[in-house]
Amino acid sequence: MSETQAQMSMNENDGNKLVYKTNGLNLWYGENHALKDIQLHVVENEVTAIIGPSGCGKSTYIKTLNRMIELIPGVKTTGEILYRGRNILDKTYPVEELRTKVGMVFQKPNPFPKSIYENVVYGPRIHGIRDKKILDQIVEKSLRGAAIWDEVKDRLQTNAYGLSGGQQQRLCIARCMAIEPDVILMDEPTSALDPISTLKVEELLQELKKNFSIIIVTHNMQQAARISDKTAFFLNGEVIEFTKTSKIFSNPSDKRTEDYITGRFG
Amino acid sequence: MKLIDHSKVLNHMKPRLSFNVFFRFLFLLATLFGLLVLGILLYRIISEGFPYFDLHFFQSLPSRHPEQAGVYTALIGSIWLMAVVAPVSLILGVGTAIFLEEYAKKNAITTFIQINISNLAGVPSIVFGLLGLTVFVRALALGSSVLAAGLTMSLLVLPVIIVASQEAIRSVPKELRQASYGLGATKWQTILRVVLPAAIPGILTGGILALSRAIGETAPLVVLGLPLFLAFLPRTVFDIFTVLPMQIFNWTSRPQEEFRALAAAGIMVLLILLLLLNTIAVLIRNKYQRRY
Amino acid sequence: MADEPLKNHSIQDLISQKFKKRQSGFSFERIVPILLFLTALISVLTTIGIVLTLIFETITFFTRVSIVEFLTAKRWFPFSETHGSYGILPLVSGTLKVTGIAILVAVPIGIASAVYLSEYASEKSRRIIKPILEVLAGIPTIVYGYFALTFVTPILRSVMPGLEIFNALSPGIVIGIMIIPMIASLSEDAMSSVPNSIREGALGLGSTKFELALKIVLPSALSGIIASIVLAVSRAIGETMIVTVAGGSTPTLSWDVTRSIQTMTAYIVQVSQGDVGYGTTVYYSIYAVGMTLFLFTLIMNFIAQFVSRRFREEY
Repeated sequence: MSETQAQMSMNENDGNKLVYKTNGLNLWYGENHALKDIQLHVVENEVTAIIGPSGCGKSTYIKTLNRMIELIPGVKTTGEILYRGRNILDKTYPVEELRTKVGMVFQKPNPFPKSIYENVVYGPRIHGIRDKKILDQIVEKSLRGAAIWDEVKDRLQTNAYGLSGGQQQRLCIARCMAIEPDVILMDEPTSALDPISTLKVEELLQELKKNFSIIIVTHNMQQAARISDKTAFFLNGEVIEFTKTSKIFSNPSDKRTEDYITGRFG
Repeated sequence: MKLIDHSKVLNHMKPRLSFNVFFRFLFLLATLFGLLVLGILLYRIISEGFPYFDLHFFQSLPSRHPEQAGVYTALIGSIWLMAVVAPVSLILGVGTAIFLEEYAKKNAITTFIQINISNLAGVPSIVFGLLGLTVFVRALALGSSVLAAGLTMSLLVLPVIIVASQEAIRSVPKELRQASYGLGATKWQTILRVVLPAAIPGILTGGILALSRAIGETAPLVVLGLPLFLAFLPRTVFDIFTVLPMQIFNWTSRPQEEFRALAAAGIMVLLILLLLLNTIAVLIRNKYQRRY
Repeated sequence: MADEPLKNHSIQDLISQKFKKRQSGFSFERIVPILLFLTALISVLTTIGIVLTLIFETITFFTRVSIVEFLTAKRWFPFSETHGSYGILPLVSGTLKVTGIAILVAVPIGIASAVYLSEYASEKSRRIIKPILEVLAGIPTIVYGYFALTFVTPILRSVMPGLEIFNALSPGIVIGIMIIPMIASLSEDAMSSVPNSIREGALGLGSTKFELALKIVLPSALSGIIASIVLAVSRAIGETMIVTVAGGSTPTLSWDVTRSIQTMTAYIVQVSQGDVGYGTTVYYSIYAVGMTLFLFTLIMNFIAQFVSRRFREEY
């Protein structure tokens, strides 16, 4: 019964515009049923956090939202994910188009082995923007947006691998922002970072929220509590509870959610 | 303030996607090209050589008359060559690999030996022929014998065996060595009874690869002065002999169609020999794969 | 119930007895490293042997033919007693023509195959295709020589009527085919070592696989790719049987690929096959040519090692 409750509670959004609507999503890795009948709606300009123990399917789910999951052989899906009203699981929807609108920041910083400048302009360039002036503007805007401009503005032409881990991750966020996506997916973006860099990225999220819809997977519950508007709790490939973050952490309606956030397992 | 015009980005999408499809196709074509050539090559050889490829061909000596000619002396010669190359190159190659991996300290001499080996691997085979001609054929007065050719070929394939054996020895887990030392075994006991048995599949695979290289080579043997045409068998390693590739070279260089077909039949014999060797290598690898 | 001998001698006693015997007598432990070192020395001696052989015999050659003539004369005509001319350039031009054609064939096809295998093909098809492709590299060169002369040349001649039976084009193409797997395999290794996280980064920005390959993977793997090409060049320069069988034996200094040529390697074979007396100038000339060939390939190998060491990407 609690599942239906969870679905009920997430449908009570207040007329805001929906970015993602996930209806009855099932996913298999070969024989392994990794996502079971997921219902989950994401609202514009909100931060949606996804929490749960390892192996609960939270990473799988976020990778399905930009079809990154297809890189793993043997993945099968049923159900639908509507992005702005269009089913992205439909194979006629070009992934390249989807990923231009839905950016992604990964678990480990993954800058290209190129200069900082080249990293940021990579996206705009492949999308046909060649005007040097515009590219320069994009670089400054994105790096400022990712709160790293002051640290790197004097060495834009140096290799990105010379940056610290935290700086690299913010560069990756800037790289993602450079193509001005609609949604940014973040797959445990701070798990490889030290506490200070983590704090910087979290502060950044609060700023990003004004312009982007953000979906973030995290195994850090304090982080989810600090930064998100809504939180979904995943367990064994199911959404156990999805509601306002303030509610889920103060008064969860499902016993399993309570057990998890009070640290009884996971 | 938006710097990116998303409708333009969308318009740009279509050519990009077609580009991707086009190049994917082109890359696939390039990959298939290699496979296609391999197919044509084999088909040509089999279709040309098949009429001559019979028992008589295996049993006969080379002859002026194509219909009587055979590969008997050349095939036996190739086997003689293998009989010299296999032990010599294996002993030298594995010995060097053990020295470099187990005994040598990381110093300038070791680095020098290592760089030397990788450079040796890049020396054209015909240059080894010049070395063999000067040292084995002339200076040691071995003539164009099985031994001279075998030693030259052993040096030629040495880098292949050394590198393969080094990799095999390196991939033996440290724990196995430590277990042996922990029982009070000496270094040489450990190498002989623990490391080498565990590294054998890798070493043998490398050895067979090297042997295939040795029996397919022609150029250095031409330089050593091996005859293109020989009607008797060697009785000892000091006797003159010839091998399959030389016989094939001889038939290929003749303008008459019949000899070209004989060449194709000879190539079939050579390829079958190589196939046998490589099958053995695969069998060894499968038998011993992932025991730890 | 313990066995009789063990009553008086524990296993430890037996071991220590054995141990003493081992220490006093002839020691394997000390002799083995020396023996192994001697085997390792053989590879060094081989190099020294090659270098010394080439140097000594080449010096003998240069006492009879001036080094200036060797390097600058435009004719290679060694078999004449009276009008002999020893200019290496025609042989070098033959080698370079064949190598150039081979590279033109092998580089685009080899790299395209590498990109396909590393970026587009599924794991399963890669595991099938790569070993088959590597079979091409294991086929004896005399077989390729046969293929060039009896298959490729006739086809080319039906398209290009002006092509001579022996020419640079056919062996060049066939050497190119032979080195495709070398370039494809080594380049694919270099591309596969680009971490997947970087691929995900590019795909996550909406790159197509082609853009990913062209703008991220190729530049990242560039040092490995260049090294593979340089090694392939070295291999093409030293290739002997294909050019001997299909290239002809006419050393000419020109860029014409339709005519009969002679490469450095093919010249060595030609002399070795003939009845050239030991100690004649012609005999020593093969060492001078061999020396030139050796230097060419040595330089290539050093470049390959330098490139792959100097520009190795650390991810």
